[in-house]
This record gives sequence, structure tokens and C-alpha cells, in this order.
Amino acid sequence: MEKTAVFKGKFLPYLLLVPQLVITLVFFYWPASQAVWQSFLREDAFGLNSEFIGLENYQALLAQPEYYKSMVTTLVFSSLVAALSLSIALLFATQADKNLKAAPTFKVMMIWPYAVAPAVAGVLWLFIFHPSLGTMARPLRLMGFNWNPMLNGNHAMALVVMAAVWKQIAYNFLFFLAGLQAIPRSVLEAGAIDGAGPYRRFWTITFPLLSPTTFFLLVVNVVYVFFDTFGIIDAVTGGGPAGATTTMVYKVYADGRLGGDLGGSAAQSVILMVIVIALTAIQFRYVERKVQY
Amino acid sequence: MANVSLRNVRKTYPGGFEAIKGIDFEIGDGQFCVLVGPSGCGKSTLLRMVAGLETVTSGEVDIGGRVVNEIEPADRDIAMVFQNYALYPHMSVYNNMAYGLRNRGMPKPEIDTRVREAAQTLELAGMLDRKPRQLSGGQRQRVAMGRAIVRQPKVFLFDEPLSNLDAKLRVAMRVEIRKLQRRLKTTSIYVTHDQLEAMTLADILVVMNGGQVEQIGSPLDIYRKPATTFVASFIGAPPMNLIRLSGDEIRAQFAGDSRSAAETGILGVRPEDLAISSEATADGGITLNLTVEAIERVGAETFVYGTRARAEKAVSATPGELPEGEVIVRIPGQDAPAIGASIRATAPRDKLHLFSADGRNRIDI
Ligand SMILES: Nc1ncnc2c1ncn2[C@@H]1O[C@H](COP(=O)(O)OP(=O)(O)O)[C@@H](O)[C@H]1O
Ligand SMILES: [Mg+2]
Repeated sequence: MEKTAVFKGKFLPYLLLVPQLVITLVFFYWPASQAVWQSFLREDAFGLNSEFIGLENYQALLAQPEYYKSMVTTLVFSSLVAALSLSIALLFATQADKNLKAAPTFKVMMIWPYAVAPAVAGVLWLFIFHPSLGTMARPLRLMGFNWNPMLNGNHAMALVVMAAVWKQIAYNFLFFLAGLQAIPRSVLEAGAIDGAGPYRRFWTITFPLLSPTTFFLLVVNVVYVFFDTFGIIDAVTGGGPAGATTTMVYKVYADGRLGGDLGGSAAQSVILMVIVIALTAIQFRYVERKVQY
Repeated sequence: MANVSLRNVRKTYPGGFEAIKGIDFEIGDGQFCVLVGPSGCGKSTLLRMVAGLETVTSGEVDIGGRVVNEIEPADRDIAMVFQNYALYPHMSVYNNMAYGLRNRGMPKPEIDTRVREAAQTLELAGMLDRKPRQLSGGQRQRVAMGRAIVRQPKVFLFDEPLSNLDAKLRVAMRVEIRKLQRRLKTTSIYVTHDQLEAMTLADILVVMNGGQVEQIGSPLDIYRKPATTFVASFIGAPPMNLIRLSGDEIRAQFAGDSRSAAETGILGVRPEDLAISSEATADGGITLNLTVEAIERVGAETFVYGTRARAEKAVSATPGELPEGEVIVRIPGQDAPAIGASIRATAPRDKLHLFSADGRNRIDI
């Protein structure tokens, strides 16, 4: 009796927390702290010796013009992908919501891209838009458009944005559709009687009522663009041409894996981590305050 | 200011269900019309057709002399109060009321005047900055009313606006709505399944059943002369006692004249028209010999549930259906016979109702 009482009161709660804590420690804090530690070391190319060099890796990084370029690239890439995937998904969701009979079919069709691995999605889009092999390349060229993502940085960016957006739309669509369906019909009917046309109804009623969903998706999408689009970039452009599609996360990989600069790469991941945490915190603090009801 | 006319209005939902099977009636300018009927009889459907939220399959909806079948809800000059209030959750009380005026491009000062006036009337003046979720059920209901009255429309439409309130508040708001409508003199259509609400609010009462009109008239006319057994048992609480005459010994007492309807029809008598008495029944009245089964004391009145010694078939008429042979007697005060006692309940001839055997027609006696 006494034993169980003690166990119940003290150990059981902690015991039940253990799996969760272990998972967090092993899969997040441990690699994260490794990265932080690594970023203070210089390792030789063969990984045999390492020496502690303090902030030198960071100094070297911040002296590199390419690093700032990758920041700008990331900014352009992530704004484009987040804005496009959210707005296109919202457009689809409003259409599906209007036609509830077709919505289930639409949903199933929409979810397919999400089940495709990022690298595979990249390859698919590359096939379609490859300058010499792609099915779309010829029509584009016939229209007098000199399409070549292998040489033109803007074309390359457009291609990875398309692939990344295509993959993310499904996810956003499902959440938007659920959000739309949660808005009581009668509220929109009241709006119609109150003299608001469909367009005005959308912006003054639907969109504000959808803002919790939009906010959630914004956070998810930003994290997605920062990390998960790596596979797409790797498969489609490999960061090129001339670094035009080298985002921050891709540069971590390129410098560490391909360039062998583990310390510099670790410093970049630490900075990236800090940026994402800061962005998420800002979103929660400021955007959520504007989220209606 | 407007009349509302429905001319042979029908509604078939996609899927083939015919919810409204041809309805005709006219509501005069400034009148308060109540649509009453059991749940699922098509009241909301009919109201939503007037609002323009449902298409009209056939027939004509006419507001103020203009057929509005093809006209958008916004352009029909109506305002509607929904059962769940349908307030805009992200807008303040003020903006909820101002929204419809802004959409119509009314100048700001006038919007402000109207909203504040409505808030004054509805005792919402101190709550204009609150969001709907910060209000009680009764206050939300008043905001929904406010949103309708600031527009000063030709017609108010109400879809069970009080059914989400507790009983006390419901009575209070019922009185408020009636006073407000009398003052504004705006033509109104009010949907409810509550016969008491219907009786107390209506200038014209429309009793509906299964997508059709059972009876139209003033509430008291309908109470005094229900056209069918359905209306007889729906209007009035507790419902009218209905007794099938064929093969019943009561026929002998009642059918002084030997008309055939009286042989096979249905006899109705309201619980409040029966009295417990040992005196002889006046000529042409009826006497029911009952065994008391149950007593309900409500305070001012008492309901006595009795069964007749010789069980005749009671009429199955939903709603207000009684078990076979059961009769309700309403007596004033709290003095009631003991359970198990035998009593005589009597009613004079002028309080009796006679219907055809199928319950569809009233027969004057
Ligand atoms: N959108 C719809 N599609 C198909 N049937 C409907 C629809 N709306 C209501 N109905 C049916 O029409 C009938 C009348 O509904 P309604 O007008 O809401 O009744 P009430 O308001 O009197 O309770 C019901 O049987 C209901 O099931
Ligand atoms: Mg209804």
C-alpha cells in the first residue's frame, strides 16, 4: 500500500515523461548541442584532429559575401513559396467549399503531391521543365521564351519555387478546407442579407474567421521552406546555377558535406536554427495577436 | 412598409425531397405572421425562400408588390434573425450592427446614430465594444435583433430566435419582440415550433404540417375552431382530447341528431372545457366516466389524467397523441381527486368539436 502511494505520487509521472524526454534529448538537444560544439572547432579535411578555435568559424562565415547571398536567396525563395502555396491552396479550398459534392474527390486528388518525397517531386518537375528533355521546354522555346534553368538563375529559382509550392499546396489545402467548413453557413448568409457581395464577404468575414488556420499554416510553411525543401533543390538545381538557388540550408550541406568545412557548416546550422526559432517566436508574439477571436 | 404574398410556392430540394408542397397566403402591411408547426414541416425552408437563401422551385414570392424570386437576398430589403444568431464572431457589437449599413454605403454619422439608437432600445449601450463571445445568450439575441432593426427593412424574418434561451428569458424576449414590432410597424414573419409563442405573438397564424398549410387565421379563431385534428392537437396545451366515435357508447349521448358524421367521426374536447361534476349534463353535452391515473399540479391549475372505463380507441394524431382511452381534464387550483378515484367529467355541447373520420375536415355542430 505504502509503496504504491509513494510510486503514484512521485515516480510515476516522471516515469511516464521519460520516453518523451529521451526522444527530445536524443533527436533534438543532442544533435543541436553537437552542432553548437562543432561550430567552435576546426577539423582537418580527414576528420582526424580537431582544435578549439572559438568564434573563428562565425567570423569567417560572416566575412563571406556568398553567405549573405544565400540569406537573400532564402528570403526570396521562402516568401515566394509561402505566399504562393498559401494563396493557391486558399483559392482551391474556397472553390471546393462551394461545391461540397465534389470536395471529397478533390481532396483525394489534391493529397497525392504531398505523398511524394521532396527529391522525387524535384525530379518530376525537372523532367517537365528540363531545357532539352522537358515536355514544357519546347513549347516555351517555340513561344520565343529562352527557357534554361541550367544557365539562368531566375529560371532555376522559378523551377524550384514551382516544385516546392506544388508539394505544399495539398497540405495547406486540407487545412484551409477544414477551416472553411468550420465557419457556420448562417454567418455568411447573414453577410449576404447584410448586403455584402461574395468578394466582400470573403475579405470581411471568411478571411478573418480563417486567420487561426492561416497563422498556423504560416508557421508550418516557413519551417517547411527553411528545411524540407532541401531535397527539391538538391534534385533540381544542386544549388546552381552559380549559387542562384543555394538557400541557407542547402549551403550548410554544400559546405559541410561537399566542401568538407564541418566547422563552418556547423556554424551555419546554428545561425539557421536561431533564425527559425526567432521567426517562430515573432510569429507567435505578433501575428497571433492580430488573429481574430 | 410592405405586404408579403406567397403564391403557390413549392420547394423541391436537390435530391428530390419536396419540402414545400404549394403554399398560398398573404400578409398585410405591418402584420406579424407566425409560422408554426412541428420540427421538419418546412417552416425554415419557407422563411429562407422569402429571404432569398433558398431558390424557389415554383410559384411566386412577392414582397411589396414585386416578385423577388430572382432577386438577391441583399436587394430584397429584408432582415433576418437566425436561430443561432449568426453574429460575426470577430466583430464588436457595434460593428455587427453597423456592417449591413456600411455595405450599403451609408454615411458614418448616420450609421452611428442608428446603431446607438438601436443599442439604447435593446439595452446594449454599455456593450458596444464587446465581442459576441463576451456576451450572454440573451445579449447575443438582442444584438441579432439590433442588427435587424438598424437596417429599417421592409420585412423582418425570424427563425426560432428564442429557442436557445432559457424559459424565463424566452418569455421576456417574446414580450419585447412584440412591443418592438408594434412600435416599428414592420411586416414580420416569425417561425417557431412553440404553440404558446405562436399564440401570443401572431396577428395571423399559419399552422403548417408536412410542407403544407393546415390552417390560417387569427390565433383565437384557430383555437376556437381548429380546421383539422392536427391543428386541434397542435394548438393548445395540453392538447385537445380526441375520441373516435364509431363503436363508442359516447355516441349515444352526443349524437342527439342522427347525422352520419356523428356516427363515424372524431369528437374533440379541450382539457380546459371539461369539468369534474356530479350534476347531470346539459342537453347535448357529454359525460365521461374516468378513473384517475395521474395528477400534475402546476400551481394555478391541475391536470388530471384519467382513463375511460370502457376503453374506446383514442385518435392517433401527432403531435399531442394520447394513449388509447386517456383523457386529460384541466381544473383550476390545486384540489384534485385521489389517484384511483372514479370521476365524472362533463362538457357542454358548445365546447365540443367534431371532425370527419380522417381528421381532415371540421364539421359544424
Ligand atoms: N438542404 C436541404 N436538402 C434536403 N432536404 C432538406 C434541406 N433542408 C431541409 N431539408 C428537409 O426539408 C424538411 C423541412 O426542413 P425545415 O424547413 O428545416 O423544417 P423546420 O424548420 O420546419 O423544422 C425537412 O424534412 C428537412 O430534412
Ligand atoms: Mg427550422
